[in-house]
Amino acid sequence: MARTLYDKLWDAHLVHQRDDGTALLYIDRHLIHEVTSPQAFEGLALAGRAPWRLAANLAVPDHNVSTDPQERRGGYAAMTDEVSRIQLQTLDDNCKRFGIHEIPLADRRQGIVHVVGPETGAVLPGMTVVCGDSHTSTHGALGCLAHGIGTSEVEHVLATQCLVTRKMKNMLVRVDGRLGAGVTAKDLVLAVIGEIGTAGGTGYAIEFGGEAVRALSMEGRMTVCNMAIEAGARAGLVAVDESTITYVKGREFAPQGEIWEQAVAVWQGLHSDEAASFDRVVVLDASRIEPQVTWGNSPEMVLGISGQVPDPSVISDLDRRGSVERALSYMGLRAGQSITDIALDRVFIGSCTNSRIEDLRDAAVVARGRHKASSVKQVLVVPGSGQVKAQAEAEGLDRIFLDAGFEWREPGCSMCLAMNADKLMPGEHCASTSNRNFEGRQGFGGRTHLVSPAMAAAAAISGTFVDVRQMLAGE
Amino acid sequence: MQSFNVHTGLVAPIDRANVDTDLIIPKQFLKSIRRAGFGPNLFDSLRYLDEGQPDQDCSSRPLNPDFVLNAQRYAGASILLARQNFGCGSSREHAPWALEDFGIRVIIAPSFADIFFNNCFKNGLLPIVIEAEIVESLFAVTGANEGYSLTVDLPAQEVRGPEGLRIPFEVDSFRKHCLLNGLDDIGLTLEESARIRDFEAAHLKRWPWLDRQTA
Ligand code: SF4
Repeated sequence: MARTLYDKLWDAHLVHQRDDGTALLYIDRHLIHEVTSPQAFEGLALAGRAPWRLAANLAVPDHNVSTDPQERRGGYAAMTDEVSRIQLQTLDDNCKRFGIHEIPLADRRQGIVHVVGPETGAVLPGMTVVCGDSHTSTHGALGCLAHGIGTSEVEHVLATQCLVTRKMKNMLVRVDGRLGAGVTAKDLVLAVIGEIGTAGGTGYAIEFGGEAVRALSMEGRMTVCNMAIEAGARAGLVAVDESTITYVKGREFAPQGEIWEQAVAVWQGLHSDEAASFDRVVVLDASRIEPQVTWGNSPEMVLGISGQVPDPSVISDLDRRGSVERALSYMGLRAGQSITDIALDRVFIGSCTNSRIEDLRDAAVVARGRHKASSVKQVLVVPGSGQVKAQAEAEGLDRIFLDAGFEWREPGCSMCLAMNADKLMPGEHCASTSNRNFEGRQGFGGRTHLVSPAMAAAAAISGTFVDVRQMLAGE
Repeated sequence: MQSFNVHTGLVAPIDRANVDTDLIIPKQFLKSIRRAGFGPNLFDSLRYLDEGQPDQDCSSRPLNPDFVLNAQRYAGASILLARQNFGCGSSREHAPWALEDFGIRVIIAPSFADIFFNNCFKNGLLPIVIEAEIVESLFAVTGANEGYSLTVDLPAQEVRGPEGLRIPFEVDSFRKHCLLNGLDDIGLTLEESARIRDFEAAHLKRWPWLDRQTA
């Protein structure tokens, strides 16, 4: 029978299908960070259990870490936030105690777990990957079955190497045609979420396909799969192709020699069969997607740069009218105002959605030879990992940013969720390359607008949202 | 995990769609390395007028008089009535921990986000999916009747209310079994250890690149 990519990954990892509809699924790679693991390790210790297969686990601290270069140089001793320090220390202690491999804060490879996984080759095509973090969907870009789990499940995976789960349904999001110049993977996925809504993918694994997705780089595909969860889907997937294999080859933990050849032969079969059927198919035309900007407190509240925010008075559905009114009031926007009239206080370029080298290059193209608007208080550029940072510095991107009045930071989650000192003040508007615009996400009372790295840099330069395609025209 | 059988409690309405986990428990409280004590910070940014900090005594903080759970009539509520896509956003299990610590045992909504839904069952909370129109009518009757309570009968898979109200609901049989008995599913999975070992041996032999230490 013809199978989808998701079906194939499911079948390859199915330990046992139980009569009640649940299944035991084997987990190849378990990624761990400091926020969702302490209670799981505690549970393990209390029950006197040991991790099932140590080599399956890899831990990286990322959510709480300071991105301030000065503070980072001093290690834990220099950390000003005591509660965060304890949580980071707890991760180190747990990894030592249970024998789990950790890439610690001081390691040059440290970074956001979803950036570090693929770039070190710890995540490989065909794997089942879980992490106590919803953006684990990112890894689906490599043709993995990857999704977020809760802390009880973190403990369950540590103890049993399996997940008790149910098979999801199959959805195909096919993006035909080509994205225009200046329109990126981020715009593509925001447009998809605008189309199907934040609950549109609930219960599904979404495979992204079509010409526009095939044409994306691996990093672009990671951006797309990263936000599958924002469309409600726990897992996003992209079929393995030449780009995938080329990306993985030579990475630190990737197989070599004969085993590499053997792996490639298997990975090449990781795509949906021609005749496979999906429970739902959504089709978009890439050529119609413009640079996207979110205006409200849900990623589905998104518009093209030429758009105007909605006017609740003309919305007849009362629930929808209420949610638009609440979002406009929280965001401090006027009904019907143009997206290009929104002024920014801060700009954040980073997060597991958009902190890879190509994202930084996109932002640097816009920033080169320009300077941030004086009305913009701060522009943070936070590379996704130590490797990304080193690469950017080798290319001189850090200089471009610093000359433009941007700040160049150490890797971590940073203002994506503001668990560290990087945050918005109440009422401030931020152009952010992260993935969530929920109320207070980037700081109490803060107002987040999700955009691509190029659009974020353009907003930093002009002080309001602008169409980056116009800014770059003529260059 | 506390077991769940039949529960009767006061109903409180959270009248907004897409309630995300950042709203349920804001990120600053995720720095805790414990599992308990999140109740006072449930819906923190909606519930209080100031910005809450971890380890702060919440009893003297200014309450938001407009937030529904602060209303006297909903004090002690243990059943939340919610709108579509409740619990969307992050995988943080701190969200069900906070609800449970606050005293919530049941959440009724037309739909839930997947990860949150799953996390509830691990913590003795019962999320119930009920058709949007029925949820709508429950919002109306809850708002109109102070002290409105419901009984949730898990064995019978039924919500019961005044005037002969009976609403059947679906629940996965495995999850029901675990909830009814307060079972830790790690113990159950480990009963299948031999099966897992057999699978693993074959799997790692077939795909030998998987068994590499990342060191
Ligand atoms: S960058 Fe943001 S979304 Fe990604 S893992 Fe960190 S906090 Fe989560």
